[in-house]
Amino acid sequence: MPHQITIIYFAWVKERLGRDQEIVICPETAKTVGELVEHLRGRDTFYKAVFTDLTKLRFALDHDFVGLDQPLADAGELAIFPPVTGG
Amino acid sequence: MIKIAVIKGDFDAGDEINELSTHGGGAVSSFVGQVRGDGDLEALKLEHYPAMTEKALNKIADQAAKNWTLRGITIIHRVGSLKVGEQIVLASTCSDHRQSAIEACAYIMDQLKTVAPFWKKEIWRNGSESWVEARQSDIEAAESWNR
Repeated sequence: MPHQITIIYFAWVKERLGRDQEIVICPETAKTVGELVEHLRGRDTFYKAVFTDLTKLRFALDHDFVGLDQPLADAGELAIFPPVTGG
Repeated sequence: MIKIAVIKGDFDAGDEINELSTHGGGAVSSFVGQVRGDGDLEALKLEHYPAMTEKALNKIADQAAKNWTLRGITIIHRVGSLKVGEQIVLASTCSDHRQSAIEACAYIMDQLKTVAPFWKKEIWRNGSESWVEARQSDIEAAESWNR
């Protein structure tokens, strides 16, 4: 069965993509967070623009911060957002 | 004793500090962050990642409890729309010694700035909006605790 993952967006990432979440079927080639992001980048010009400079983005897999090389394994939720600005 | 709260409404910092003080120790340190009135700023909108926020705040508190001998920790962070001058955040710690209380409180605030999933949007008087960008000095302050 293909791996489905919920992707959630926050702050300007959400605004620029015009959506707060979506369910994505991971392609065979996407084994890591970075590879799934690469897949998203290929979708259209909006995704390409948002996912061009990955240094401006942070990632959380099942609610823990991760790097781009983190394996997706059987994770259910990937969040993509700018560096946090709380406090 | 760790108390974590993510709320829309205001909080009474005095009540929170008094409640924390009941855990004893005699040394209580606190920090309150408010919306700073920069130029024509009218308000801040605070967005967060509900499924992750409390987990992240608990992680920060747990690490503070490991690094220092504390009797209690309170972290309250507001979300939603906040006008200039309103309270955003309270971090408070309670210990037997002032150094532990003060250092742990500073540690919690530094971590809050870099690992808790909150985002601030500035709402200006002319109606324009802009997302606050993370500051390098905040990142360096948080990392300095690892040295």
